[in-house]
Amino acid sequence: MTAPSVLATALLVARKDLLIEFRTRSAFLAAVVFALVAVVIFRFSSDPTAVNPLDLAPGVLWTIFVFSGILGLHRSFGVEQADRAIDALLAAPVPREAIFVGKLLANFAFVACVQLVAIPAVALFYDLPIGGGILAGIFAIAALAAVGLVAVGTLFSAMTVNTRLAELLLPMLALPFFVPVVTPAALATARLLAGRPLAEVGGMLKLLGSFDLVFLVACTLAFPYTLED
Amino acid sequence: MTAPPPALEAVALARRYGPRRAVDGVSFALAPGDCLALFGPNGAGKSTLLKMLGGLLRPTNGEARVAGRAIGGDDGAVRGAVGLISHQSQLYAALTAHENVAFAARRYGVPDPDAAALLALEQLRVAERASTPVRRLSRGLQQRVSIARAIVHAPAVLLCDEPYTGLDTVGADALTATLVALRAAGAALVLVTHQLGEGLALATQVAVLVAGRLAHHAPRAAVDDAAFADAYRALVTA
Amino acid sequence: MSNPSFTLSPPVTPAATPAPAAPAAVARPAGGIDLLLVVGLLAVAAAMVRAVWFTPIEAMQGAAQKIFYVHVPSAVVALYLGLPLVAIASGVYLWLKDDRLDRLAESAAEVSLVFMTAVLVTGPIWGKPIWGTWWTWDARLTLTLFLWFVVVGYLVLRGAIDDRAQRARYSAVLGLLAVLLVPFIHLSVYMFRTLHPMPVVLKPSAPSLPPEMTHTLLFAFAAFTLLFVALLRARLRYANERELVALAEEAGQ
Repeated sequence: MTAPSVLATALLVARKDLLIEFRTRSAFLAAVVFALVAVVIFRFSSDPTAVNPLDLAPGVLWTIFVFSGILGLHRSFGVEQADRAIDALLAAPVPREAIFVGKLLANFAFVACVQLVAIPAVALFYDLPIGGGILAGIFAIAALAAVGLVAVGTLFSAMTVNTRLAELLLPMLALPFFVPVVTPAALATARLLAGRPLAEVGGMLKLLGSFDLVFLVACTLAFPYTLED
Repeated sequence: MTAPPPALEAVALARRYGPRRAVDGVSFALAPGDCLALFGPNGAGKSTLLKMLGGLLRPTNGEARVAGRAIGGDDGAVRGAVGLISHQSQLYAALTAHENVAFAARRYGVPDPDAAALLALEQLRVAERASTPVRRLSRGLQQRVSIARAIVHAPAVLLCDEPYTGLDTVGADALTATLVALRAAGAALVLVTHQLGEGLALATQVAVLVAGRLAHHAPRAAVDDAAFADAYRALVTA
Repeated sequence: MSNPSFTLSPPVTPAATPAPAAPAAVARPAGGIDLLLVVGLLAVAAAMVRAVWFTPIEAMQGAAQKIFYVHVPSAVVALYLGLPLVAIASGVYLWLKDDRLDRLAESAAEVSLVFMTAVLVTGPIWGKPIWGTWWTWDARLTLTLFLWFVVVGYLVLRGAIDDRAQRARYSAVLGLLAVLLVPFIHLSVYMFRTLHPMPVVLKPSAPSLPPEMTHTLLFAFAAFTLLFVALLRARLRYANERELVALAEEAGQ
């Protein structure tokens, strides 16, 4: 009887989290509905004759991206905390980092699924030009942005879940960390929508990529410190 | 030439929370097949002690060893030999009983996790509710599933924190049978309880924890049930 | 039936468990007036007097430039002294797990917040007459604003956790992650700015400051540093005092 490897454990935890999410569907539906409502409200909060939807779309897209992501992240460690299932996880002969990576994978899948609905919704309601690989480009930016968002958000979810004000504290702590995610993602999206070549957004994608890398490593290493010991 | 190390050993285990000493220098050793019945009033530090034995809590001083290897250190593999039945069910309410136990089995690398999970549920006589979400099970049935979760990997050391709480006769009998079988297979047990009868029934060692210290520790054979009951009652109500 | 080997009482001496004395790590602070704080405040007041009445008015910006004798020293003290102190104390805490480092980080964060607030308030006051607008997304001011958010979050997080060790670990992790965040925010702000043309900015730190201004600025630097140290010391004393009270309460339970 040998303990499963880090990757196997991570996949196991991720599968379990997604199964729970699939069974309850509560957070996913809430996040999707939130995203759709927000898309519509943003459009109705500006003068349609004065504001070009193309100018509005990138900001709306990435603001909603961040907020709907946070909605799902809070639940990530909430399910572990409810009956202290986290204790059983930690008692098992698996590395703490593997548990974090598993949570991270599940949260990434969650955010990705919400975006699969939200991005086409923005494209539809804001009448975006989606041809010529623009939509694919936006999805690629979203994938890059989601990694960093999920890395930081998963760690902060672990940190805030057993504090008072957990639901308020998570966005309060996490949002300043998402500035380097939202800014390059929105700027890159704006350029793509303006029909500029992909090469022009290279710097922004690099910023996103390096944020992902740095915070993936840092948050994974920091996770064991957030556990009781 | 050296004797095999004890299955479970506590060496001057201590844990402080700020200035408060929750556990204050507890030592004992259990051979394979031994069962330590641990009694003590509320707040005596029983749960803290079990958490340290299970590697969930780092001791401030001292060490817990499983088969001679320190638990709670970097050697995570040692934790695989331990099972822990806690106050909380440690189950996922949205998953079924079988999914919960099978998930636990997979974490421990049990060869055929699904079959092992079903077997554990059968042992606790909840197999017929295997595909019911835990959320819809009664408190007592949840406790049985939780026990199945803790024993699915056939641990060499089983730590039980008031495992009989909430169990009906069928459940309690199933638990006792399970514990007896584990002991026969060479597992060492620590049984924390308030019920003297159920603790003494299985014990080979008896200990009383008060204010973080072992106030009394004796082999089962040296304990007279009636006198112990009187003394314990006097202590708890004191 | 009596069993002589069995008595419960002898080793049971809960009352004999000595209530631990206050750890040596918590030094009991002395009462009375905080002289260092008085000196620090006087020094800052003197620097202000010198800046307002005994330093020439800058030719291009006029009287508005005087605010720099508050703005720049506050920024330097908060960003180059206070926040690095938080980060270093956080990092070393995770290594040594010494409560004093946690209290140092907490105190430095709170005092830095005061100076950062001064930066954020004085920036727009200067910006209105010079740039013609209260707020421009000036790189350094924007960075300060985001760090201000992070520090506020740090302090709110501390307030939301009761367990001492957990609070220290969580805030140390946050303190360290914030260090990694700074360059990324800096790059984001820079990237943002390149797309938004800025108003023509008068270089506030032009190298050719007249000597009187340079001297006043240096004096102000020294005075603000002194005030920072005095406030930090006072805040640390308060943290120690609070720790003593908390320990006494827990021991009394």
